[in-house]
Amino acid sequence: MGESREKLVLIGNGMAGMNTIEHIIKLAPHKYDITVFGSEPHPNYNRILLSYVLAGDSKVEDIVIHPMEWYEANGIHLYSNETVTSVDTAGQNVTTDSGLTVAYDKLIVATGSNPFMLPLPGADKEGVMAYRTIRDCEIMIEASQQYKKAVVIGGGLLGLEAARGFLNLGMQVDVVHIVDTIMERQLDRTASKMLQEALEAQGMNFLLEKQTESIIGDERVQGLKFKDGTVAEADLIVMAVGIRPNVALARESGLEVANGIVVDDYLQTSVPNVYAVGECAQHRGAVYGLVAPLYEQGAVLAKRLAGAETVPYEGSVVYTKLKVSGVDVFSGGQFMDAEDTKAIRVHDEFSGIYKKVVVKDNKIVGAVLFGDTADGTRLMQMIRNGDDISGLEKTAILRDNSGSGNGGGSGVAEMADDAIICGCNGVSKGTICSAIKDQGLTSVEEVKNCTTASRSCGGCKPLVSELLSYTLGDAYEKTSGKETICGCTDHSREEILAAMKEKGLSHVKEVMSVLAWKNEGGCSKCRPALNYYLAMLNPTTYADDPTSRFVNERMHANIQKDGTYSVIPRIYGGVTSPAELKRIAEVAEKFEVPTVKFTGGQRIDLLGVKKEHLTQMWEDLDMPSGYAYGKALRTVKTCVGDTYCRFGTADAMGMGIQLEKRFERLNTPAKVKMAVSGCPRNCAESGIKDLGVVAIDGGWELYAGGNGGVKVRAGDLMMVVKTESEVIEYTEAYLQYYRETGIYGERTSEWVKRLGIDTIKEVISDPEQRAGLCARMNETLSVTKDPWKEAVNNATIRKDLYEVVEIKS
Amino acid sequence: MNNTTLHSAGTEGQLAWYAAVAYEDLAFNTGKTIRCDATEVALFKLSSGTIRAIQNRCPHKDGVLAEGIVAGEHVFCPMHDRKIDLMSGLVQAPDTGCVTTYPVRIEDGQIYIGLPAAKEMAS
Ligand SMILES: Cc1cc2nc3c(=O)[nH]c(=O)nc-3n(C[C@H](O)[C@H](O)[C@H](O)COP(=O)(O)OP(=O)(O)OC[C@H]3O[C@@H](n4cnc5c(N)ncnc54)[C@H](O)[C@@H]3O)c2cc1C
Ligand code: SF4
Ligand code: FES
Repeated sequence: MGESREKLVLIGNGMAGMNTIEHIIKLAPHKYDITVFGSEPHPNYNRILLSYVLAGDSKVEDIVIHPMEWYEANGIHLYSNETVTSVDTAGQNVTTDSGLTVAYDKLIVATGSNPFMLPLPGADKEGVMAYRTIRDCEIMIEASQQYKKAVVIGGGLLGLEAARGFLNLGMQVDVVHIVDTIMERQLDRTASKMLQEALEAQGMNFLLEKQTESIIGDERVQGLKFKDGTVAEADLIVMAVGIRPNVALARESGLEVANGIVVDDYLQTSVPNVYAVGECAQHRGAVYGLVAPLYEQGAVLAKRLAGAETVPYEGSVVYTKLKVSGVDVFSGGQFMDAEDTKAIRVHDEFSGIYKKVVVKDNKIVGAVLFGDTADGTRLMQMIRNGDDISGLEKTAILRDNSGSGNGGGSGVAEMADDAIICGCNGVSKGTICSAIKDQGLTSVEEVKNCTTASRSCGGCKPLVSELLSYTLGDAYEKTSGKETICGCTDHSREEILAAMKEKGLSHVKEVMSVLAWKNEGGCSKCRPALNYYLAMLNPTTYADDPTSRFVNERMHANIQKDGTYSVIPRIYGGVTSPAELKRIAEVAEKFEVPTVKFTGGQRIDLLGVKKEHLTQMWEDLDMPSGYAYGKALRTVKTCVGDTYCRFGTADAMGMGIQLEKRFERLNTPAKVKMAVSGCPRNCAESGIKDLGVVAIDGGWELYAGGNGGVKVRAGDLMMVVKTESEVIEYTEAYLQYYRETGIYGERTSEWVKRLGIDTIKEVISDPEQRAGLCARMNETLSVTKDPWKEAVNNATIRKDLYEVVEIKS
Repeated sequence: MNNTTLHSAGTEGQLAWYAAVAYEDLAFNTGKTIRCDATEVALFKLSSGTIRAIQNRCPHKDGVLAEGIVAGEHVFCPMHDRKIDLMSGLVQAPDTGCVTTYPVRIEDGQIYIGLPAAKEMAS
């Protein structure tokens, strides 16, 4: 403590600057007294992940890299919400907007970029904004609660991520782009068109080859006018047309500035003791707008300032990955064909996969991948290394990952220890390997948590996975970095289903032992999922495992917060009779049921039942279980339809009862609710059900993926059919397709969003596929039994599940 | 009649042993509710065949532990998924807390549970 430390000041509490600081305190913990200024009122956060916040997948807290306490713990003085307004390079001090002056021995300028705002007439109206900060994100989320229609100007990476966010926020969105292909600076024409199609299927609307002339509206925007005379409505306009290095302060302070602040190979500016790093810096003529180069720069600068040996920074080869769920796009290096380049192409229109690798003088110089981006990081590595590929089988360069198995061909073994694996977070091979060894990591998830590798865009997951298998050898089962179903395994859902089929696995326990589960006996997440998947694959032969079911599905009643249960008998289509009602009433009295309530699904709920009374009550009720507790078909709500209603055009009650009888007891990835309305007035609320049926003149409309719960979503019109038997047939195909492709726990609303309604339409309208789905559904339904009756008739079930043993003291 | 006053086992060392159920009658990985006056015990037979007994209420919000999914040496509370070690009674990280564990003994195929012989329990 005694000796006085040098004073280091950082302007810009962003990704580049703070990454440099982080390295410095690791390399030379006691060398500097560090002060950081940041205009934003937040600690350092990962800007890349804003798109996940906007999409609703992360919260602001989740994207903070270093919380305030971290600054304190490391003795860093952070002035957030404070902007540096001048730098005196002769006197070596900086002054802020609050009048504070702080002296420095070394100064780092990391002021990032400003979004470029098109100077259009009307651009100053309320509702015109950029997309760069947490604040922007918050404004967009707030706006979505009040407004319906957004327009994004700019069809690049940022614009598309913003547009996807708006869709998630329930807004309509147009993307305006000046040329006829989106992301044209990252993608070739083929990939760009594939991307456009995929995004259109998600609901994005593109206005291509449009140049905005002015923004219209009074105080707040109402729309845009284009040069060709057309207009588009808008309540909110986001400009995502590019960024400009934020260099005003540097210029005023006398640093040499071209496009960015000019720096040498050690990030030094034209002025002694002043350095620049990140998007505001210009190195060998290049200004970067992605994080990977910033980390490379930061690493060099940190070593320099810490007084450690370092190689010079010589520029970066960059790649981008679009972070929009449901589409995989990767682009890196020099990907456009030129006269002196040749390309290796794979284009599989059936699976929507396109890969192009551009080769020049026997070296890979660029790549574009669409649909399957697993090769991305490996190709980038080959580009960076300048590997000679003349000796390689050309097709092997784009190896097919679906077969996986004996991979490891990406050459992780040969990579240098300081090779960057995770570009977004600047994590090197050496860091990952030592974390795996020292901390006993065994999964991509754990590596992510310990080292932050793969935390941002996720593009490097395959490489992290290979490092795990390289470091751990056979002890690591290759997972290709996919999402696992829970912490007990590194396998993804797809791999598990494949193993179940190929190896003919038939018990939950067997799956866990064959696939080397890490926790003995699994957990409450994977066990029910495995039980479901096994039953889905082998409907007639699989013996259900009640110990792998959540209490409600095991007990066939809903447990309540006080440990009592609720009992809901099946009332088909919500249609009952006086006799049935009397019986229910008598049972309720006999067992002193404290609360009798009608449910939203048109049934009667008997609440407050003791576990030891359940089976006797079911016997007395003599009605089938209503499955109000299961990942299963719950109810089919109906209106009275043309039986009584003057507007009705069809027999809604009859249709509903048929559907409920057909699909009762069907297990599905998550609960399924249905409804049938007798006309488009939709009194049974068919628009917000997993499957909604609406009678129209001469037919029926089927709506898919609606939800009236946590995240309200209107169903998508999937099909219009003529007859009642077609309603049943298409519903069979739809539900079976959901059963086969849904992730356990995933509601149809999420599933439809993930697959896209068009894919589902295509599958179930194809006669051959539909017949297959219906046949498998039929097989599944052929073996279901009423669980209440089973329990009533089976003494072992009654004893094992419902008995309470009283002991006398 | 359903209020559950729970007694912490151990400290006073005064145990009374009660016959609960026959070992053979207990299903694997399926909790059994044992009631002794105001005390409720969740009794488990693990895959390994080991018997464990813990207090039948979760320290979080009184979830009924006998109805939880049993995995290895742990039970997952059916209410909010707290993971509880059946041996130590400790709630696993990141959550905290613990439940009372009760000693068990098997004699002649019969499972006995040791409950604190506190006098206020007697009727
Ligand atoms: C929505 C979004 C998604 C993105 N996705 C990706 C992606 O997938 N992959 C990728 O590689 N990159 C992505 N980027 C780009 C990436 O975030 C940037 O390249 C990176 O954040 C730049 O870091 P920086 O430190 O140079 O600038 P910044 O992170 O912008 O930090 C600069 C900071 O300095 C502050 N500042 C400026 N002037 C002053 C001053 N005078 N006094 C005090 N403070 C000041 C600013 O307020 C700012 O907080 C994305 C960007 C956005 C906005
Ligand atoms: S949906 Fe149509 S048919 Fe059914 S009750 Fe309402 S108005 Fe009548
Ligand atoms: S009551 Fe057990 S987890 Fe909440």
